[in-house]
Amino acid sequence: MNIAVCVSHVPDTASKIKISGDNKSIDKTGVTYIINPYDEFAVEEALKWREKSGGDSKVIVFSVGNETSKETIKKALAMGADEGILIKTENDFDSSGIAKGLSEELKSYNFDIVFCGKQSVDYDDSAVPQMLAEFLGFSCATVVVDLKLEGNKITAEREIEGGREVVELELPTVIAAQKGLNEPRYASLKGIMTAKKKTITEKPAVPYENQTEIVKMNTPTAKQPGRILGTDASAVTELVRLLREEAKVI
Amino acid sequence: MPDKIIAVLEQREGKLKRFAFEVVTTAVKLANELNLEKEAVVVGSNVENINEIGNYGINKVVHLKSDKLANYSSTGYAEVVANYVNEAEADFLLLSNTALGKDLAPYLAAKINAGLIVDAVKLDTSTGELVVTRPVYAGKALIDVKFKTLKKVLTIRPNIFKAVSNNGSTPEVTVKEVNPSNLKSRVTSFKKSEGKLDVAEADIIVSGGRGMKGPENFHLIEKLAEALGAAVGASRAVVDAGWRPHREQVGQTGKTVSPTLYIACGISGAIQHLAGMSSAKYIVAINKDKDAPIFNIADYGIAGDVFEIIPILTEEIKKIKSQ
Repeated sequence: MNIAVCVSHVPDTASKIKISGDNKSIDKTGVTYIINPYDEFAVEEALKWREKSGGDSKVIVFSVGNETSKETIKKALAMGADEGILIKTENDFDSSGIAKGLSEELKSYNFDIVFCGKQSVDYDDSAVPQMLAEFLGFSCATVVVDLKLEGNKITAEREIEGGREVVELELPTVIAAQKGLNEPRYASLKGIMTAKKKTITEKPAVPYENQTEIVKMNTPTAKQPGRILGTDASAVTELVRLLREEAKVI
Repeated sequence: MPDKIIAVLEQREGKLKRFAFEVVTTAVKLANELNLEKEAVVVGSNVENINEIGNYGINKVVHLKSDKLANYSSTGYAEVVANYVNEAEADFLLLSNTALGKDLAPYLAAKINAGLIVDAVKLDTSTGELVVTRPVYAGKALIDVKFKTLKKVLTIRPNIFKAVSNNGSTPEVTVKEVNPSNLKSRVTSFKKSEGKLDVAEADIIVSGGRGMKGPENFHLIEKLAEALGAAVGASRAVVDAGWRPHREQVGQTGKTVSPTLYIACGISGAIQHLAGMSSAKYIVAINKDKDAPIFNIADYGIAGDVFEIIPILTEEIKKIKSQ
């Protein structure tokens, strides 16, 4: 089975976000970058599928970004992926640009299944997997928390409001992983050492012009801290009164 | 001829979802402000309450009908909607940023080569051009963003743009039988989670964190939620510890929510959690540690013991509700 996994290099979720001088992007000073948390579930699932299908199955990792994205590719290699491809660009592409960059590269392989995280925790678009599927002509399921292969059909369960949808998919397919799909493994020391010997090939991204334009970025106005009504149960009556009479929410 | 906006409406099990009417109201507003023609599209088999769309101000409704699309199919929906959009020469599609809208909008954008902006919380047309405000980094920042393309696909965050009924006329519904050829992804069934409200849809959320000390104490959260008709939420710490299912997680790697009331119990307020819930209209925090960051954004706080306070609060709420 030919397996691809797409990863994205993003600011750590513990980062405080500050706006840079251009008022259109974040100030990257002092921000730690990590593999997108949802992509770890994608990598883990890709490795599990490689192990299950045996033979000469391989997991190839793709990322669209600049030189620094190699750190995130290396993380996936250290977890156990076989090789990495950086689709290199200095531009900050919108989701469609990333999906185009990926699809132009992925189409020259013969992938059965492509794993992605359900969204990257920077722009939170949740759009690249579906766009990639559309550009490649693959099926796709997003927000996937369970995945099974039966014959040539894949069954995915995706989280929606109030429950799970069971989705039947034809191969080849794109799977966008949600937290809960699996427990991502830690990269072992051996994995980290072996990853150093694995190749990361650089390919230039196809030229692309963003379809949307950010005109301004700012941080939300900080909420004024409210009142501490007390330290024990005697404050409950006042709380209930405020919720009824001031906030009018109950 | 003016451009055309199409409200792409969500139905499940043959009924339009309540968020569909938010989309209709918003489409009407945009159509007025940007001088666009407007219509609504519904995909599915039988849809019982299709006439309600007229109450919200759109009189032209197209029902793309196929028994094959009784259940959602991303590939099938994308195919029939894109075909219709080309036929109707529409340039602007509006959807709700629900599970279905989030899944479908990017397909549609890729298919019709439109720009895509998701999760709008504010729409400004005062310059004659649409500027969309949306949260990024799970709400730690906001961006103002605009389309550079003629064709546009936009999703709006549920619960932000209220549906306004003006008791309009019965709409003119055109049923178009369609026959989708691409059902490579199709929903075969739905597994309902045990009778509980979903945090993504709830108007009130009661959330528990590590301060609840263990999964066995979450019945206190559940009882308070029940008294309020609220959904149960959880912090990342308790989800990662396996106390609560992931679908309840609020925050950056869980769900971003904007309820009217959010009650945080035993939650200290890590940056990832605050990012996911600080846009709630009213926030109540109950936490032993008076220096916990959650109090910085709470409207009302009680710096005390959750085990003492929650049961009494639950009783008080029950009393009010029974009056």
